[in-house]
Amino acid sequence: MDVLTLSRIQFGGTIAFHYIYPPLSIGLGLLLVIMEGLWLKTNQPIYHQLARFWTRVFALTFAIGVATGIVMEFEFGTNWASYSRFVGDVFGSALAAEGIFAFFLESGFLALLLFGWDRVGRKMHFFATCMVALGAHFSAVWIVVANSWMQTPAGYHIVGEGLHARAEITNFWELVFNPSMVERLTHTLCGAWQAGAFLAISVSAWYLLQNRHVAFARASLGVALVVALIASFLQLVSGHVSAQGVGRNQPAKLAAFEGLYETTSNAPLVLLGWVDEKNEQTRGLFLPGALSFLAHNDFHASVTGLHEFKPEDRPPVTPSFLFFHGMVAAGMATLFIALLSGWYWWRGTLFNTRWLLWVLVFSVLGPQLANQLGWFAAEVGRQPWLVYGIMRTPAGLSAVVQANVVLASLILFTVIYFLLFAVFIYLLNDKIKHGPYEEDLIPSGKLALPQHDHLTP
Amino acid sequence: MNFPALDLNSIWFVLIGILFTGYAMLDGFDLGVGALHLFTKEDTERRIMLNAIGPVWDGNEVWLVTGGGALFAAFPNVYATVFSGFYLAFMLLLASLIFRAVAIEFRSKQPMRWWRQTWDVSFAAGSVLSSLLIGVALGNLAWGIPIDARGEFAGDFLGLLKPYPLLIGLTTVVLFMMHGAIYGVLKTEGELHDKLRRWAMNCIIAFVICAVTTTMATLLYVPHIAARVREYPWLFSIVLANMLAIANIPREFHHGRDWRAFLSSCAAIITLMILFGLNQFPNLVYSLPDPAHSLTAYNSASSPKTLGIMLVIAVIGIPIVLAYTVSIYWIFRGKVKLDRMSY
Repeated sequence: MDVLTLSRIQFGGTIAFHYIYPPLSIGLGLLLVIMEGLWLKTNQPIYHQLARFWTRVFALTFAIGVATGIVMEFEFGTNWASYSRFVGDVFGSALAAEGIFAFFLESGFLALLLFGWDRVGRKMHFFATCMVALGAHFSAVWIVVANSWMQTPAGYHIVGEGLHARAEITNFWELVFNPSMVERLTHTLCGAWQAGAFLAISVSAWYLLQNRHVAFARASLGVALVVALIASFLQLVSGHVSAQGVGRNQPAKLAAFEGLYETTSNAPLVLLGWVDEKNEQTRGLFLPGALSFLAHNDFHASVTGLHEFKPEDRPPVTPSFLFFHGMVAAGMATLFIALLSGWYWWRGTLFNTRWLLWVLVFSVLGPQLANQLGWFAAEVGRQPWLVYGIMRTPAGLSAVVQANVVLASLILFTVIYFLLFAVFIYLLNDKIKHGPYEEDLIPSGKLALPQHDHLTP
Repeated sequence: MNFPALDLNSIWFVLIGILFTGYAMLDGFDLGVGALHLFTKEDTERRIMLNAIGPVWDGNEVWLVTGGGALFAAFPNVYATVFSGFYLAFMLLLASLIFRAVAIEFRSKQPMRWWRQTWDVSFAAGSVLSSLLIGVALGNLAWGIPIDARGEFAGDFLGLLKPYPLLIGLTTVVLFMMHGAIYGVLKTEGELHDKLRRWAMNCIIAFVICAVTTTMATLLYVPHIAARVREYPWLFSIVLANMLAIANIPREFHHGRDWRAFLSSCAAIITLMILFGLNQFPNLVYSLPDPAHSLTAYNSASSPKTLGIMLVIAVIGIPIVLAYTVSIYWIFRGKVKLDRMSY
């Protein structure tokens, strides 16, 4: 294999593995804020127990997220040096902001969140929890700013020519709020909240099926289900808005998502089907007019087809199509499960409906699948561009790196990441089996004191 | 070398120096503790050492992440050339950092002896290898690496393993072990405290030997730095300050002022980084054999507009970061006590 293929496999693989964890940290971070907030408000020890248990799971996902995240930053320089030279000036501000405002915040207050339970008062600890969650959300903001700039570049101009050409910033806020940033950030965050919420739902459902930690599981499931319902509904709206954005900003990508070759008015949405790339046709079950509605809010609007683009400017159609439809299917299934569970919960029968609890145990895979496939669709659909319309993917490679060293590092990462994943599953399973600690029902140290504890000596 | 008016490029040269100095001062001690903790065989003592860095190591590593990000942003050409040029070395550094991060998280999760030993060895190996690689990378930047007319690295991996960079690598490992031992003294009590103090003294001796050797080697074998020192003899005063800071550590120990011993060790690291910066400026990467191709704070920087925006972000952000970093260290001050939240 050539250096381009190897570098793409390595970057895609390392980022896909990394992306299992940050959504969990963001989603669990939000849950922790809610749980600890409820504890502060109601003084019910069960919420303290909830917060303590999920903090332990959070710590595990956070540690692996940090460890695999540094790889991403380094790989820009090691494998995509020409790209780094080209975008350094533009990415500079976003990266600086991410480091200063997000990473320091997250990791600094993490110390208090994990180890500060008995050292600081309730309000201070709650503040630390909020800061960690905020830091996790901030890091999503800045990385999505950078990625959206690659999809819809704005606020820059090109300086120099040929090998020395690079993008330089002209307007910071135009760059930050580039055309696709807001909808893509919303879409990413909703997906992250779903990932965290469904992890909590899955574990709680498992406890209920086992008839263990029942009070804990019911409370945990309740909080997580509310978050899951809200996030899943918002995700539906945000998905629609995102699709419109793609249609507006990257029509070739939308056409590839749907395997649409001819520009069509009243364009259909493929419910189930496949792309016949040789005959440039898509076959299967269609919903007439639905794509036009999805992209333009109008059943009769015209949607641009792939034929409008030169073959060398089209994304790979079959992968884009499959990833996109996989994401939609996983997202819809997740929404459906959330609604169904919400309905049973409302009627008061959720905790006794065993088949549904079993579904919930496996529901944790829904958002994970949707998140992964969604990013695959977004990035594969951006091809053949590295920066949309400006720089093609092969142009971003490092000039001096050879295929054999990339192969070596690829093997290294494959081995390490398989090991990491095995240990992650093992430890997660261990924590879940152990369950919440009984003694967490009685907060200790400074936390045990009433809320106006600063008056006590 | 003439020190120009303080422009954006030199400000960012200094700021990136500060970020990496912060990294060396903070992550330096937890890398050092990682290298040292295998010296005790007892599980409780290892746990105390790991928990001494437990709440803070992750935040410390962020200084590297942010330093790397700032380098990418302020001097993209340096970032691109160095990272792609040192490809294998950086991949090994990544592997070591990952192993470190997961090892400290995983070791306490199971009581089995083999389990803990495996992760302890991973943690120590990761710590030593990270320190060594960081040192070798700095050593190469000081010695000079081949850069071609396009600004790309023109050497190979084995070419990076010259004696001088390896010596800097070794010195870095010893420096961090010394720093880690002193931090350990600060955070422990009883038998382990005394043990760590003995290790700290051994590390100090080893470090002084390394430092003297490095200084001699630099003056003898690195002509461009030797020339700069001849031109500006006052640079020796920084070497002197460094040695005084080191000499002050046993003195503070003797008076039982462990905190000040640690601050002395920090001062030693700061003086070394200042020395490195002054010897390099304005070069970020010195090109050998053709110094004309060196990557400097001027020919490799982002546009003044970006440097300006980043400066605004840094001026707002850094005081906040410093404020809560100091507060968190303050909250976790004092000797380590193991409890059920510990590693």
